[in-house]
Amino acid sequence: MLGYVIRRVLATIPVMVIVAAFVFLMLRLSPGDPASVIAGDYATAEDIARIREQLGLNEPILVQFTKWIAGLAQGDLGTSIFTNLPVTTLIAQRIEPTIMLTLTTIIFTVLVAVPLGTIAAWKAGSWIDRAVMVFSVAGFSVPVFVLGYILIYVISIQLQWLPVQGYRSMFEHGVGPFLRHIIMPTVTLSVIFIALIARMTRASVMEVLQEDYVRTARAKGQSEMKVLLSHALRNAAVPIVTVIGIGIALLIGGVVVTESVYNIPGLGRLVLDAVLARDYPIIQGLILFFSFIYILINLVIDLSYTLFDPRIRY
Amino acid sequence: MSVDANPQVAEPETVPAKAELSQWAIIRSHPSIIIGGILLGIMILVGVIGPLFTADPIALNPIKRLKPPQGEFLFGTDFLGRDVFARVVHGARISLVVGLAVSGIAVFIGLIVGMISGYIRVLDAIIMRIMDGLMSIPAILLAIALISLSGATLTTVVIAIVVPEVPRVVRLVRSVVLTVREEPYVEAAIAAGTKLPLILYRHILPNTIAPMIVQATYICGSAMLTESILGFLGAGIPPEIPSWGNIMAEGRTYFQLSPWIIFYPGIALAVTVLSVNILGDGLRDTLDPRIARKM
Repeated sequence: MLGYVIRRVLATIPVMVIVAAFVFLMLRLSPGDPASVIAGDYATAEDIARIREQLGLNEPILVQFTKWIAGLAQGDLGTSIFTNLPVTTLIAQRIEPTIMLTLTTIIFTVLVAVPLGTIAAWKAGSWIDRAVMVFSVAGFSVPVFVLGYILIYVISIQLQWLPVQGYRSMFEHGVGPFLRHIIMPTVTLSVIFIALIARMTRASVMEVLQEDYVRTARAKGQSEMKVLLSHALRNAAVPIVTVIGIGIALLIGGVVVTESVYNIPGLGRLVLDAVLARDYPIIQGLILFFSFIYILINLVIDLSYTLFDPRIRY
Repeated sequence: MSVDANPQVAEPETVPAKAELSQWAIIRSHPSIIIGGILLGIMILVGVIGPLFTADPIALNPIKRLKPPQGEFLFGTDFLGRDVFARVVHGARISLVVGLAVSGIAVFIGLIVGMISGYIRVLDAIIMRIMDGLMSIPAILLAIALISLSGATLTTVVIAIVVPEVPRVVRLVRSVVLTVREEPYVEAAIAAGTKLPLILYRHILPNTIAPMIVQATYICGSAMLTESILGFLGAGIPPEIPSWGNIMAEGRTYFQLSPWIIFYPGIALAVTVLSVNILGDGLRDTLDPRIARKM
């Protein structure tokens, strides 16, 4: 077991190095002069030279790469061109709303998608099943921001039930204002995620329901509830949890859009502000940050399989 | 296998007719192909010939700005008095071009890399680690970074959406290659001394076609969504081009009073992506029943 954990942890290092190398090469190999693109249309020659200097583009490429990796290993994600602050500081300032939004979204998604998918599998072919499948196809097709604006229009503007935009910290303003502001972004961001997880849950539970032990459980007169919960869902847990992990990538993309629609000052907004200000080091640092988080979450999920399925032994 | 060798078949000419019938029956038993195909066909028709019949999508008319949908302006006007209907129709063309271009290029690159990875063991480990790395970078962020480095044009937007899609295709092609290469007919071809490129072309490639078509439709749908998201975030195609994402981005400021500027292109986009996804589901059920049973 310990051997497996160590091997699995070590296996993430090459993936992280490849991500870092790719992000590094993106700046160096992009066609044209990235320094002048970043500097913008009205930049002077000095501006371009200064940005090139700041990005370290004047040094030999191998020296640049060694410095880059050494910096990363020490937790240095780069420095913003305009504010001159380390990207890690900027991330620390903006991370709370993003973590909160992600957590509420994952919780809401699991609470909705797993029961939906299980019921759809249980009643396969019924109207509930069809409705879940239609929803999951539709959920993949509606752009996140369109959904966000529909919710704002109906719930905030027409019905005036919830505030239009913004974010209130749970720690500064209390739970009530926090919830009132986070409900719509959570629902918006959840839809595509629910579509994905419900579909996967349905498929896995359906497969498990074909198993002999399910027939045995039913034959010995166990209630359907118990069959679904302790036989079907438990055995279907591993693929469902795997998809939740893979879906985090989808979620990260959605966070950028959702934060923009609802004016939430999180990491997604940081990316957009950086795009508008042409502050490339921030974009670069955030890509690395999100990719590493994604890799780590999937590492944890991989390692957690033993909890869900005692048959898996390493 | 020749038909003449089988004495049971009395009338060889009925055989193709039967085959056609059964193919039709398969398609008929999956109505999603028909529904998705018709919907998509309508959107393609709108994108191809629609712009010939609408008003000028970039003609300014400041007197009639922010007019609600009625009469002359079916979908209303935006903050510069431009006809939203004309802009949405022109946007269809851009969305479809991006969707088709991205899926075509991603499948082409993915096929080549995937076949190399699946067939040449030495390169497999390296290629797959690179693909793992690429897959762990969130697609939208990767596209935003690529565009902000090389400037926003239609070409860079297409490339920026292709890059994160490639690993998914590579993985799929590789998995097909790994199964097919163990088949007796491939072993026979190797034993007969067939050259590697010919084996790949004649025996491996045809097996990848069915899953590739399915994958290409999904990529097409997600590429159209990504393009609109990039446009919406102000990191996509230049704002003077009326893509759906750009129209919606411009409508944000006026959303509370003039929601139609966002709603109509949003509905058009959702319907188009939905039709592509429905078509993809139908094709998957028809072409690849093995996967269909699992999903």
